[in-house]
Amino acid sequence: MRSPILIGYWTMVRKDLVRLFRIWSQTFLPPVVTMSLYFVIFGGFIGSQVAEISGFSYMQFIVPGLVMMTLITSAYMQTVSTFYFAKWLHVIDEVLVSPMPDWVVIAGYVTGGIMRAFIVGILVLIVSLLFTHIVIFNAFVIFAAAFLTSLLFSLAGLINAIYAKSMDAISIVPNFVLTPLTYLGGIFYSIDLLPPFFRTLSLFNPILYMVNAFRYGFLGVSDVSLWVSFAVMGGLSIALLIVVMILFKRGVGLKT
Amino acid sequence: MNDAPALKIVDLVKTYDKGTQALKGVSLEIPQGEFFALLGPNGAGKSTLIGIASNLVVKTSGTVEVCGVSIDVDAPKAKGFIGIVPQEFNFDIFAKVIDIVTNQAGYYGIPYGEAKEYAEEVLKELGLWEKRNEKAQALSGGMKRRLMIARALVHKPKVLLLDEPTAGVDVELRRGMWEFLKKLNESGTTILLTTHYLEEAEHLCRQVAIINGGNIIEQGSVKSLLGKLNVTTLLLDTVEPVTADSIEGIGFKAEYKDENTIQVMLDKGETVNHVLDALSKKHITVANVRNSGSRLEEVFINLISK
Ligand SMILES: Nc1ncnc2c1ncn2[C@@H]1O[C@H](COP(=O)(O)OP(=O)(O)OP(=O)(O)O)[C@@H](O)[C@H]1O
Ligand SMILES: [Mg+2]
Repeated sequence: MRSPILIGYWTMVRKDLVRLFRIWSQTFLPPVVTMSLYFVIFGGFIGSQVAEISGFSYMQFIVPGLVMMTLITSAYMQTVSTFYFAKWLHVIDEVLVSPMPDWVVIAGYVTGGIMRAFIVGILVLIVSLLFTHIVIFNAFVIFAAAFLTSLLFSLAGLINAIYAKSMDAISIVPNFVLTPLTYLGGIFYSIDLLPPFFRTLSLFNPILYMVNAFRYGFLGVSDVSLWVSFAVMGGLSIALLIVVMILFKRGVGLKT
Repeated sequence: MNDAPALKIVDLVKTYDKGTQALKGVSLEIPQGEFFALLGPNGAGKSTLIGIASNLVVKTSGTVEVCGVSIDVDAPKAKGFIGIVPQEFNFDIFAKVIDIVTNQAGYYGIPYGEAKEYAEEVLKELGLWEKRNEKAQALSGGMKRRLMIARALVHKPKVLLLDEPTAGVDVELRRGMWEFLKKLNESGTTILLTTHYLEEAEHLCRQVAIINGGNIIEQGSVKSLLGKLNVTTLLLDTVEPVTADSIEGIGFKAEYKDENTIQVMLDKGETVNHVLDALSKKHITVANVRNSGSRLEEVFINLISK
């Protein structure tokens, strides 16, 4: 007794998994290489000159943030690229004509984003073990923050792809919105070190809350309240999910 | 539900964003088991109609029911009855043939084990089994079209919608495909196909609708449409050269085509004998009588040029 909806969903997930591993040199390798460089430069060369933050070495402090950055980029890139190409080649028609309800199709794409984020995140964590030891303060917080962030950026990638009419449109947001927000999201520093104005400004950056919740899971320290962090992640996820559902229902960018 | 029409369309209107009215109030009812052709020139609205029935185009107004299920009330159920072969290729060109077909079965809720069996069945029937491990981009145009038919049939739909299935398929293959579709229809699948080839409609279908400019301008059995044809056009090849003057005042509609060909239009009641008698009086000897083309084509041209 298996439900047709579950079978459809699993078919989408299996297809994404096969693709992720088939083109591993585009999906898994680049973030691992980039993050290794971050570890060597910031953790090794520069980090050794920097004072401890909240009682942790600089390397230990930045590892959670860098893993979070990986999750964000991987989740986003997965959905924005697979969905854009499915739309462009009209392969998306295959699921649109099928009896799968919209929410199953959305769940299929989002699961692909979360899977890619988790696989790359775990790989990067493993690489970080070469440079430092990892402490785990609260595994549930780590998992919940990682899950919600991957979910959120998988949905964001979908929205980007739904509106995108060209290749350019799927690289503008990652390059000009995502990357700056991530760099300014407290990965490399505690916002307590910033002048008051920039500290307040940082509080408007949602990525700050994700990085801090995630870091709390490892180190037990955070610049902001854990509850606020989860409220931000949960609230934004629900908001984006509603937007995606509406866009699908209206067929924006999908149907004429 | 069993005797509900396979497809029931009422007052269907589609206005595209830029204002093109592709369908202007089309109604159509196709009983189960029917083999139905939708004929029409480029831009008539055929693909738009098929697109709405298969959920790829959003209708402006009107209703569509598939086997008694309205697409507005229970879209997933309605979609489950349909298999669709679109006009343009829309599969993942980098995916393997077998995966395209197997995954499609999965989207329709068929478990993996069965999906693989069904995929093997349809790929064998359509002569693509040898190509199952090739990437779709490595197939020829005709094979790609057959791949889309295989993909549309893998979940054993009750209603098959084919948007110009034989475009770009060579004559021999087209005949093979016709035989395949006929068998499929005989085994109970309702088929709606759009085509430009009148010969195709005449050969395959019992019922035809002619659509032009977003309206259905004629509908009925192939036989009754042919019955409406009150003129028959013939081409006569003459033994000796003729001139336009030599057929002046001959008593029926005749037209000079070239020095060895006369075109004749027979109204109801006139016979070929009348024509030949009249011509032999003028000392014109006819070597050969030809039909000017598909008879359905004449109905068609008559209708759309009104
Ligand atoms: N996506 C679209 N956006 C705007 N107009 C469209 C779109 N698709 C089709 N049209 C217009 O709608 C009308 C009907 O097009 P449709 O594709 O349904 O015709 P068709 O009968 O399938 O033609 P063909 O035989 O060439 O395939 C045309 O005028 C066409 O330009
Ligand atoms: Mg068309």
